[in-house]
Amino acid sequence: MKLHEYQAKDLLRANGVKVPPGIAATTTADAVSAANELGGNFWVVKAQVHAGGRGKGRFREIESEDVLARVVNGDADVPGKGGVQLCRSIDDVQSAAAMMLGNTLVTKQTGSEGVTVKTVLVTTGADIEREIYAAVLLDRQQSQLVLMVSSEGGTEIEEVAEENPDAILKAHINPATGLGDWQCRQMAFKLGLQGAAFKDACRLFKGLYKTYLAADCSMLEINPVIVTSEGEVIALDAKVDIDDNAAFRQKEIAAIHDSGEMDPSEVEAANFNLNFIKLDGNIGCMVNGAGLAMATMDIIKLYGGEPANFLDVGGGAKVDQVKAAFKIISADSNVQAIMVNIFGGIMKCDVIAEGVIAAVKDVGLDLPLVVRLAGTNVELGKKMLEESGLPILTADSMADAAKKAVDSIKGA
Amino acid sequence: MAILVDNNTRLICQGITGGAGSFHCGQMMEYGTNLVGGVTPGKGGQTFNGSVPIFNTVEEARAATDANATVIFVPPPFAADAICEAVDAGIELVIVITEGIPANDMAKAWAYMQGTNTRMIGPNCPGIITPGACKIGIMPGHIHTAGRIGVVSRSGTLTYEAVGQLSAVGLGQSTCIGIGGDPIIGTNHTDALRLFNDDPDTDAVIMIGEIGGSAEEEACEWAKANMTKPVVGFIAGATAPPGRRMGHAGAIISGGQGTAEAKFQAMEAAGIHVVRSPSEMGLKMKEVLGK
Repeated sequence: MKLHEYQAKDLLRANGVKVPPGIAATTTADAVSAANELGGNFWVVKAQVHAGGRGKGRFREIESEDVLARVVNGDADVPGKGGVQLCRSIDDVQSAAAMMLGNTLVTKQTGSEGVTVKTVLVTTGADIEREIYAAVLLDRQQSQLVLMVSSEGGTEIEEVAEENPDAILKAHINPATGLGDWQCRQMAFKLGLQGAAFKDACRLFKGLYKTYLAADCSMLEINPVIVTSEGEVIALDAKVDIDDNAAFRQKEIAAIHDSGEMDPSEVEAANFNLNFIKLDGNIGCMVNGAGLAMATMDIIKLYGGEPANFLDVGGGAKVDQVKAAFKIISADSNVQAIMVNIFGGIMKCDVIAEGVIAAVKDVGLDLPLVVRLAGTNVELGKKMLEESGLPILTADSMADAAKKAVDSIKGA
Repeated sequence: MAILVDNNTRLICQGITGGAGSFHCGQMMEYGTNLVGGVTPGKGGQTFNGSVPIFNTVEEARAATDANATVIFVPPPFAADAICEAVDAGIELVIVITEGIPANDMAKAWAYMQGTNTRMIGPNCPGIITPGACKIGIMPGHIHTAGRIGVVSRSGTLTYEAVGQLSAVGLGQSTCIGIGGDPIIGTNHTDALRLFNDDPDTDAVIMIGEIGGSAEEEACEWAKANMTKPVVGFIAGATAPPGRRMGHAGAIISGGQGTAEAKFQAMEAAGIHVVRSPSEMGLKMKEVLGK
């Protein structure tokens, strides 16, 4: 679950992390009154979308295809204004908000289709003396959380890792003791901070760890953390991802999560507890188990097709889930054939066969359907498919199924 | 002999009276696994299937049955706590089937386990089976045949796929371990390769990885220097888009790290016999063994 920047900053503020004063707005008029309420003479208007690269992003409705292609390509110095704009007057705030709201922001991460901006965050401008980087995340190699800081704030951490790995400092966190004061001091000393900034940085690090635990984050990245000339240390941006496995105890966060950026088919699939990710290909697939589902996508590609989706129907799928899965896959206009690949363990092949038959009768079937069953009750499942009288192609192996699915399109 | 589990394994189940726990305990007993007890707090004194005693705590179960392994079906909010209880009772092998445990809970349980003599398999895994001797988990027992090939994989059904292919070409399995699809797991690819390499009853290994993390790369480093037996390898997720979690909590390419291509390359560099088609794992093994 990805959060918007303004939502992430609310969480950070609640856990003692300093963030710039800011107000979220969904209309241009609200953005203007937000700027007036914040006061001062310098504001930043920021598009609230889940994707990164907002500042370098450009708007589909405003820029040419050529400019957008350069954005997606990650080119430097693309002309035009992006999803983060500095404003020196209320008029600037108004035009920035008007440019963003309702328009489609294309960034390197969104790909060429981009995402619609529904909310902007208006914040006061900051007096930046220095930019650093801070993140809390899980180090999978160590099976421990790690506080990661770098003196190279403002640069993507992957870039720093490649070009200047020594600039990245890490403090691994023992869950029994939590992030130690000593670890915060160590980081702050290594960053060369002094006086008020030193103390404030330590407070910020503690606050990040506190937020990470309180909200069950799976990633919390602040890039940049800024040091002001007054020695204040402030989280200028915030990127937060919540651990989906903890959704059961993060109900407040789940309630504010904006699923509007998800593909509608993914939202529909989630309603049926299906693990579904939409892709751009022409062969839809339905599989049990995440690893086998990925492997099925891979083998479709190997045989010359393109997977239209990832779909793991899980270990105990019911007939109505299988039906829902079929509806979702066949509603995708790119899909030209469907491949079902089930290795029955807990899930019995006859249950899948029953679901497939019911779904085909219910939804109708205009596309070639290849079904490969293996494992528990495979013979019964195959027999049911054969006796159904439906035009279902059966396959004996993954390779056979992928080949048949790809061939069925070529013949069409 | 195989690895980790055999006829001498004395198993208890935490969460034995729940839906999944009771169903699969029945299946395991049918397979011949020596299920000596179960644990459900508050149901101590009852029996499962008319013969298996249920205890309130793992400590009691261990004292009464001398169990040396536990399989955990406890629901996600309570599963990490159940792991710690098993560790505290000194159970040597803890197999965690539960999917969906919060990573922060697992980080604590993982830390609690360090320095103890407990080995964990999983979580979010199908379990472990030594065909013909002991099945612990949710895999369909009937697809396995006893033999001399080890299988290690992060996935459930993809492991069954490999096993099915091996059995189809006449190659039985020594032990098959599903190590789990979560970012924090107990036994990893390196551990499994090491165990198989040291096992006199294993001739070769199928290693199945997937996108996300760097555990496969680390295992390849180890294998390059130490592995004396042939390994056939496959990585799932070559077509997975970056930044998306592919079903498993740990299956995500982030910041360009954890791609299938990088893992395939690490395998090739380590002398592992790579198959790019998941349909050819069994055939490749047969070819490698010259059978």
